[in-house]
Amino acid sequence: LASPVMYLFAEFDDAANLLAANPDATTISIDEPVEIPKNQRGRLQETGREEDDELLGTDDSDKTELLAGQKKSAPFWTFEYYQTFFDVDTYQVLDRIKGSVFPVPGKNFVRLYIRSNPDLYGPFWICATLVFTIAVSGNLSNFFIHLGKPTYRYVPEFRKVSIAATTIYAYAWLVPLALWGFLMWRNSKVMNIVSYSFLEIVCVYGYSLFVYIPTAILWIIPQKVVRWVLMVFSLCLSGSVLVMTFWPAVRDDNRRIALATVVTIVLLHALLAVGCLAYFFDAPELDFPAPTTPTYNGTIGITKSH
Amino acid sequence: FAGLADVSISEDIPVEGEITVPVGSRSPDEDYSTLDEPVRDTILRDLKAVGKKFVHVMYPKKSSALLRDWDLWGPLVLCVSLALMLQGGAADSKDDGGPQFAEVFVIIWFGAVVITLNSKLLGGTISFFQSLCVLGYCVLPLTVAMLVCRLVLLAGSGTVSFIIRLLVVAAMFGWSTLASTAFLADSQPPNRKALVVYPISLFYFVISWMILTFTPQ
Repeated sequence: LASPVMYLFAEFDDAANLLAANPDATTISIDEPVEIPKNQRGRLQETGREEDDELLGTDDSDKTELLAGQKKSAPFWTFEYYQTFFDVDTYQVLDRIKGSVFPVPGKNFVRLYIRSNPDLYGPFWICATLVFTIAVSGNLSNFFIHLGKPTYRYVPEFRKVSIAATTIYAYAWLVPLALWGFLMWRNSKVMNIVSYSFLEIVCVYGYSLFVYIPTAILWIIPQKVVRWVLMVFSLCLSGSVLVMTFWPAVRDDNRRIALATVVTIVLLHALLAVGCLAYFFDAPELDFPAPTTPTYNGTIGITKSH
Repeated sequence: FAGLADVSISEDIPVEGEITVPVGSRSPDEDYSTLDEPVRDTILRDLKAVGKKFVHVMYPKKSSALLRDWDLWGPLVLCVSLALMLQGGAADSKDDGGPQFAEVFVIIWFGAVVITLNSKLLGGTISFFQSLCVLGYCVLPLTVAMLVCRLVLLAGSGTVSFIIRLLVVAAMFGWSTLASTAFLADSQPPNRKALVVYPISLFYFVISWMILTFTPQ
């Protein structure tokens, strides 16, 4: 009767011994993540939540926690520690960007693309590109809107770059910090199966902001309807990435708290988009064409010449 | 070698001799001599080094001279002249919109530092100051573009002058990016080259944007 239990404990012991004795094995398993979950699924005999395997990654969540702990072993004051956050190749970054722009319904961005290798390259440079894209596009769109007016003098509006930078970097770093703290707090009260590290949350937020870059470029078009359609579309895309990532993490909690968390995430995301559109892009309806005074002067001139 | 197996050196015979390693002992002499040379020679030597690097930037070949003897005089001169030229004489305006001198300075140096850190974090083998040196020297085409833009703006500021300025700035932006990529790309791991080249092009794009949107008051 005790033998299945002993078998289970032996398996845990075996895995822990393997990892302790041969830390290099963890790097191999990062490259071949498909094999490990199958092994563990066979061994640990998970009965419940099979439908959420891909969303939750319950079978490899323990493993990824262990792997994350094993990887960043350099002390934080050395340069090598920070190099572990930039351990991505070009194709990996492109894959992650693709995954944020075309979210597959039902697939979790973190489990599918990040796989316990969160990087800081994507979030940092996507935010930098977004800052400059918004500033440049806003400047261009204002230029085109006010082009014909006699009283308009073009200014590059350089102040707005620093404001854009502050806003976007604050959003991309402080909101994940708050969300991570909140999830840690709820984890201590309710036993959640899925929990994300701070870097993974920063990664998801950073990559989800990518879709705003082409949106900001297309916002140069001075039509209100077009701009709002674009905003709703991009909000749906990036919001869905965030929702599909964080819904499994809060779903085990109290229903109202889970809903409130997800709604807050989407609302903050929408607030960022609306705020950027309102502040950096002047409303096109201000550009009413041809006030009547020039033609009036013209007719006065013509009558006077007669 | 079989015969040598019997040879043994007894303990009480000291082995003595002289070991001399021929050392190129010119460097202490050189240091000594540069103290005596006239100041003009010292300055000319540094100026020639800076000038040679300018030539390397304008005709980028994969030479290691730029990387080996780095200096930051060239980038400083370029940065100061670019920042000065970007001042529109707007001492009286409160919302002139253009970048201030300090802003241009900070953008160029802070941007170069961030890009250098990025390339080192991604596993690049270039040293910190070498990378700063290359990025700073490759601002030269954009400084030339700024000069041309100012001259064109003296002639007029209509659509034609805008198109000329756009073409010149775009060409110089491409030149800067290609020049710096030619020097820096070899020191990166091969599957991360694009990850390093993209921030460099973003950096030069921002500088090009500042140059293109310059409007004199």
